[in-house]
Amino acid sequence: MFITLGRIIKSGLINFWRNGWLSTATVLIMTVALITWTSVFLSNVVLTSVLDVLAEKVDISVYFNLDAKEPDILALKSKLESLNEVANVKYVSMNQALEIFKNRHKGDDVLLKSIQELDNNPLEASLNILAKDSAQYAVVASFLNQDQYKNIISKVNYTENKIVIDRLNNIIRVLRESGLAAGLVLAFIAFLVAFNTVRLAIYSSREEITVMKLVGASNWFVRGPFIVEGILHGVIASAISFMVIIPGVGFLGPKLFNFLPEINLMNYIGNNFWPLLLFQTLGGIVLGVFSSWVAIRQYLKV
Amino acid sequence: MIRFENVSKIYNSHSVALKSVTFEVGPREFVSVVGRSGAGKSTLLKLLIAEEKPTGGKIFFNKQNILQMRFNQLPFLRRQIGAVFQDFKLLPNKTAYENVAFAMEVAGKSEREIKNDVSKVLDLVGLKDKAGNFPGELSGGEKQRVAIARALVHRPSVIVADEPTGNLDPINTWDIIRLLIKINELGTTVILATHDKEIINALERRVVSLENGTVVRDENPGRYILS
Repeated sequence: MFITLGRIIKSGLINFWRNGWLSTATVLIMTVALITWTSVFLSNVVLTSVLDVLAEKVDISVYFNLDAKEPDILALKSKLESLNEVANVKYVSMNQALEIFKNRHKGDDVLLKSIQELDNNPLEASLNILAKDSAQYAVVASFLNQDQYKNIISKVNYTENKIVIDRLNNIIRVLRESGLAAGLVLAFIAFLVAFNTVRLAIYSSREEITVMKLVGASNWFVRGPFIVEGILHGVIASAISFMVIIPGVGFLGPKLFNFLPEINLMNYIGNNFWPLLLFQTLGGIVLGVFSSWVAIRQYLKV
Repeated sequence: MIRFENVSKIYNSHSVALKSVTFEVGPREFVSVVGRSGAGKSTLLKLLIAEEKPTGGKIFFNKQNILQMRFNQLPFLRRQIGAVFQDFKLLPNKTAYENVAFAMEVAGKSEREIKNDVSKVLDLVGLKDKAGNFPGELSGGEKQRVAIARALVHRPSVIVADEPTGNLDPINTWDIIRLLIKINELGTTVILATHDKEIINALERRVVSLENGTVVRDENPGRYILS
């Protein structure tokens, strides 16, 4: 048993070495497949983060009448927070609103003076509501529409922004779905290319496989070395593709960071280095072993 | 030892390789199967090593019907029969030594046994100094001697040789035939398929003649006579 296993492994290693060119070609194609897989995965990470950032920009604000009492507003705030659809509610009091206004219009003396002329603070207190999913704003808006709040709420900006919010929601949904679909198609094409390369490599050995069977080798004794080669192809391809991806991300990451400060790919890779390496290596091994296994099957029927 | 009983092999209605072939081969015999190209010689040998299945009939090897063997038993049958082919069928990525050793490795023999036996067999076929060469570096005659060494090394009770001299010049041809005779004298049954008249007539052993897939003559000693 152990003698046979040892012979299978040794034979796989020797074949890998002696089939130098074929091994190199197979490893390179598998490297391309793995790089494609990882790139699709990383692009999806970027796309998801971009869409999340975008989704966070969508919120609705409720403005309160000037005579609305703060405890009433805070009571509504805590009710809103207890809703399942709501992620976060931020209270901006009349005074805070005034501060924000002043800050925003620092350079505009006319505006600042005119606001000082007034006896009372004209700015309304507001609640900024962020929903867990941007599609759920309609639910939040209808909650605010209840009769009991009508006398304290002056306006809800959802109705004004409804068209924009809906359109953005549609764009986000379409981008998520098409991004996933394009990624899956690309990953599948990469798989097909790698799979067929292994099939061609094994096709070129079909006569040897028949000879081995006629000399009295069992299916496992013939298949084993090809599986060992498949594992080797996968591991080496994974190592090479990682050596390409890390500098690639190092080069592209800062450019992306300037463009979208919310996304730091280098940090992402740094935090997920081992899982990424593990999944990529496993992906390579599964690809190599699966392709060899399937490709050799038809030649073992002797 | 080996018995073909009403064996037929029909590929399709236009191509009938064997029709109801019956004959027996005893232990230590040297049998030549002769016939023109397409007479069914190769098919007969392929059926014996279960490379192909007959359309009808029974084939016995040591009283066991090989058609009733399960797929995973076939390697054990093939380890008892050494096969030599016209196109050598060596593994191109293995050296002469490794090609011969492979036949012992598949049977799970120990490294020490392999080292000992492979050296002896390579010596027997006169290729001790070419042990480290790959098939691409050997001449046709040398390749066939490696193939015979491989067929011989696990001490099979039968060696089947399908046109083993078909690709060789006269000098190499006689080297191979002398080797087969020697192997037979050491106690191994030999079944030789050939259409080489000179060899058959010189051998003066049993000859089974095939014509259009049927046995037309079975004589001991026989001669090469085809109508």
